[in-house]
Amino acid sequence: MSQALTQLTAKDFASDQETRWCPGCGDYSILAQVKKVLPTLDTPREKFVFVSGIGCSSRFPYYVNTYGVHSIHGRAPAVATGVKMVRPDLSVWVITGDGDALSIGGNHLLHAIRRNIDLKIVLFNNRIYGLTKGQYSPTSEMGKKTKSTPMGSVDFPLHPISVAIGAEATFVARSVDVHVKHLEDVLVRAAKHKGAAFVEVYQNCNIFNDLAFEYAAGKDTRDDHTVILEHGKPLIFGKNRDKGIRLNGTTPEIVPLGGDIKEDDLLFHDERAPEPTLAYLLSRMHHPEFPEPLGVFRAVQRPTYEALANQQIATARSQHGEGSLETLFDDGETWVVN
Amino acid sequence: MSATTAASAAANKTVKTLELDEIVVRFVGDSGDGMQLAGTQMTNTSAVFGNDVATLPDFPAEIRAPAGSLAGVSGFQINFSSHDIRTPGDQVNCLVAMNPAGLKSNIADLEPGGILLVNEDAFNKVNLQKAGYAASPLDDGSLKGFRLFRVPLDKLTTEANKGSSLTSRALGRCRNFTALGLVYWMFNRPLEETLRWIDAKFGKKPEVAEANRNALKTGYYFGETCETFIENYKVPKARITPGRYRKLTGNEALAIGLVTAARLAGKDVFYGTYPITPASDILHQLSTYKNFGVLTFQAEDEIAAMTSVIGAAFAGAIAVTGTSGPGIALKAEGIGLAVCTELPVIIINVQRGGPSTGLPTKTEQADLLQAVCGRNGECPVAVLAPNTPADCFNMAIEACRIAIEYMTPVMLLSDGYLANGAEPWRIPDEKSLPHLKVIHPARKNGESEFLPYQRDAKLARPWALPGTPGLEHRIGGLEKEDVTGHVSYDPENHEHMVKTRAAKIAGIAKSLPKLEVLGSPQGGDLLVIGWGSTYGAITTAVERCRAQGMDVSSVHLRYLNPFQQDLGDLLKRFKRVLCPEMNLGQLSKLLRAEFLVDVKSLSKVQGKPFMVRDIVTAIETMMKGNNGR
Ligand SMILES: Cc1ncc(C[n+]2csc(CCOP(=O)(O)OP(=O)(O)O)c2C)c(N)n1
Ligand code: SF4
Ligand SMILES: [Mg+2]
Repeated sequence: MSQALTQLTAKDFASDQETRWCPGCGDYSILAQVKKVLPTLDTPREKFVFVSGIGCSSRFPYYVNTYGVHSIHGRAPAVATGVKMVRPDLSVWVITGDGDALSIGGNHLLHAIRRNIDLKIVLFNNRIYGLTKGQYSPTSEMGKKTKSTPMGSVDFPLHPISVAIGAEATFVARSVDVHVKHLEDVLVRAAKHKGAAFVEVYQNCNIFNDLAFEYAAGKDTRDDHTVILEHGKPLIFGKNRDKGIRLNGTTPEIVPLGGDIKEDDLLFHDERAPEPTLAYLLSRMHHPEFPEPLGVFRAVQRPTYEALANQQIATARSQHGEGSLETLFDDGETWVVN
Repeated sequence: MSATTAASAAANKTVKTLELDEIVVRFVGDSGDGMQLAGTQMTNTSAVFGNDVATLPDFPAEIRAPAGSLAGVSGFQINFSSHDIRTPGDQVNCLVAMNPAGLKSNIADLEPGGILLVNEDAFNKVNLQKAGYAASPLDDGSLKGFRLFRVPLDKLTTEANKGSSLTSRALGRCRNFTALGLVYWMFNRPLEETLRWIDAKFGKKPEVAEANRNALKTGYYFGETCETFIENYKVPKARITPGRYRKLTGNEALAIGLVTAARLAGKDVFYGTYPITPASDILHQLSTYKNFGVLTFQAEDEIAAMTSVIGAAFAGAIAVTGTSGPGIALKAEGIGLAVCTELPVIIINVQRGGPSTGLPTKTEQADLLQAVCGRNGECPVAVLAPNTPADCFNMAIEACRIAIEYMTPVMLLSDGYLANGAEPWRIPDEKSLPHLKVIHPARKNGESEFLPYQRDAKLARPWALPGTPGLEHRIGGLEKEDVTGHVSYDPENHEHMVKTRAAKIAGIAKSLPKLEVLGSPQGGDLLVIGWGSTYGAITTAVERCRAQGMDVSSVHLRYLNPFQQDLGDLLKRFKRVLCPEMNLGQLSKLLRAEFLVDVKSLSKVQGKPFMVRDIVTAIETMMKGNNGR
């Protein structure tokens, strides 16, 4: 029986399967935040479907007590698309890794996003292939030394947020595994967005790429190396909130606050800007030159794919009437033999 | 050809009308010449008239190959008859050539003394050169073995439309109807059907409709009045099972069959696919069935198509994907996931010439082993193959039945020949169709938890839908413990699951009909066995050989995995077994492996279907090898 929604807690979403990530892995924290968020969404448990690809992160569905599909490497967005088109009433989540989403599954990610199908896509970015034991990934920094690149990698990385914006995403956000509250807020925002919601989570792989995001995660470093995006607010950061981001033409620059420079001179965030220009510009701010933006980059409304597709069915039914076997068979030229 | 004569006077000449029981006409010309259209009209007219018909369209891979080139030749063959026919015919009785390239690449198939209608206006220097003719074949005597009629189709078409406001180019496009009109006269076909079609098609462009009508009639009158035509032919109606009929191509029949199956199951179709010749028409057709609740999804590639279908099946739809060989290669990993998650999905492979891109518009049966074996791990799926265009309807329903009853992927092997070939389809009585029973559990089947891999007598697991309270469960490609569905790396469990999945597919055989044998089911000298689209050619060949007194029988498989239960015994009752296939012997290999029977393979891999005579010759040779018995 469906439980009264108000009674659901994180515990109700815990599955009976033993979690098998390495101790200390960032995935635990993300799982905990998701389990915390789900009961707050006014959706009965049986209406959630978690779909994943392959990777450490993609084991996720086994650990939440909802419907789930642990699919094949890179294809989760496509599996989820099938679910959502057939059952638009379900809340469908895609859990994926940087290799899963951007290497083997890059194509599907782009198309799920551009169609604006109402999926909640959470990309666990640890900048490494965890499950296959430590090869560099498409988000690994240039020159990365791994088992497969002993002299350093020689390809340039992709930036997930830039990719999502390039694919015309209607909702794009970033958070960090250990920023518990921030991550929770971002996940709630994503869940409530109608359309494809893309969330990049910086995730620590303490085994194969430890501390890759320490600048953004560490208590001592994060305030100086990240900037929290808030709609309608200026971009201010730093332990003492004494630095800001200002636009010099179309180029962002870090400026000290106080003195000549006032808050009003800074770049103000507008997540609802119809054009993705600002969001894209923010997605290009990288460590160590810039503080990296966290929060919602972009949140705009566009009709969803599953709604439009199902609307066509409704329209066809109202125009031609509900199809019957008789109309199906007798369509076109028929003749009678006596 | 046996013929009876009747005399009829038209204009001021006497025309003899000969009655034949079967005629094969082939239209050939440039891709832009409207040959497919002319052929389709001829087919419709003949079907509505009451003949049995079988067709073979043949188009080039390039959409707009250089005009007049050999690569750009498009053809359409139709066989119409006063008796039951199963193939588009081996030899052409009447060839309609719209240009030199069409003539050159098709003349070899015209029977000696056959009727050759050519558009003489197209036999100019440029076109001759493009076709590689040094001199015009119309004048050099090389065609003297045929009844050559030179028809000025361009001139006739223009004159018929004097005063029309259409450009001469637009008028030129009507010449296929002029040719068609002449063919209609030649074979005593009524014009009404095509006139009706022209009105319906060009209703909004009265000028174009008018020009096409004029062209059709002019062609017809040309036959009637031109002095060179002193003979024409008629083919009486065939004796056909009474009922209401409609002409269907294999692809159309698949689309209608899928929607029918969904109705019979009380469900909606989800069709996820990526365009590819010769399967795209299934998508086109299904996308017009939105008022039947059909959701079509044009995915970004075949992998997405396949995996979207897995999601759709999990969500409760009749989930179908369709493609051709290269697409199946891409879907392989996804099919493995469907096998492991034990979800009902239908995978259609409209086979074409391979390997790789191969011959996109030509037919072949070389994906059988891919269908049966082509995945990693022990990964069995049910494999079915319709044997005629109209049978695609039945097998689509059968595929859905098996998928639902056994919770398994089912592969349906069509091919380019079935997909584009057409035949009359007797519209079934709705009451004669099977009921497809679907059960979605609403309650837990275990003490405390839902058991997603608890099986029924057929070894099928429950189809529990997301959204059902209390049945939350996870599926996936990692090996699962039987019954509970928990991830399991246990060696014994893995072997048990591998064997269970195999046993489930093998068990489908219990639900299959008995084999139908043409000839003597009790055994004999030779059994010819085939599968899929070779049905027409094999059956016709065996009937002919039996008529000559040979002890030969045939059986045609529509189930390739598992085989029907009585197949092994049947094979062993014959001294020899011959297996014609459009590949290098894939079914032969499977039969040998499964039944230890010395099957002889007859293979043809030319992108073209078997001729009846190919098979007759092979049968004769084998029978001779039988010491003249
Ligand atoms: C078709 C296929 N190719 C390769 C693999 C091997 N493989 C499994 S996970 C993985 C990379 C995972 O990296 P990522 O998506 O970043 O996930 P993480 O483990 O880091 O969470 C690879 C290459 C596979 N499972 N399937
Ligand atoms: S390998 Fe890395 S990502 Fe995978 S579980 Fe261990 S810590 Fe986490
Ligand atoms: Mg990773």
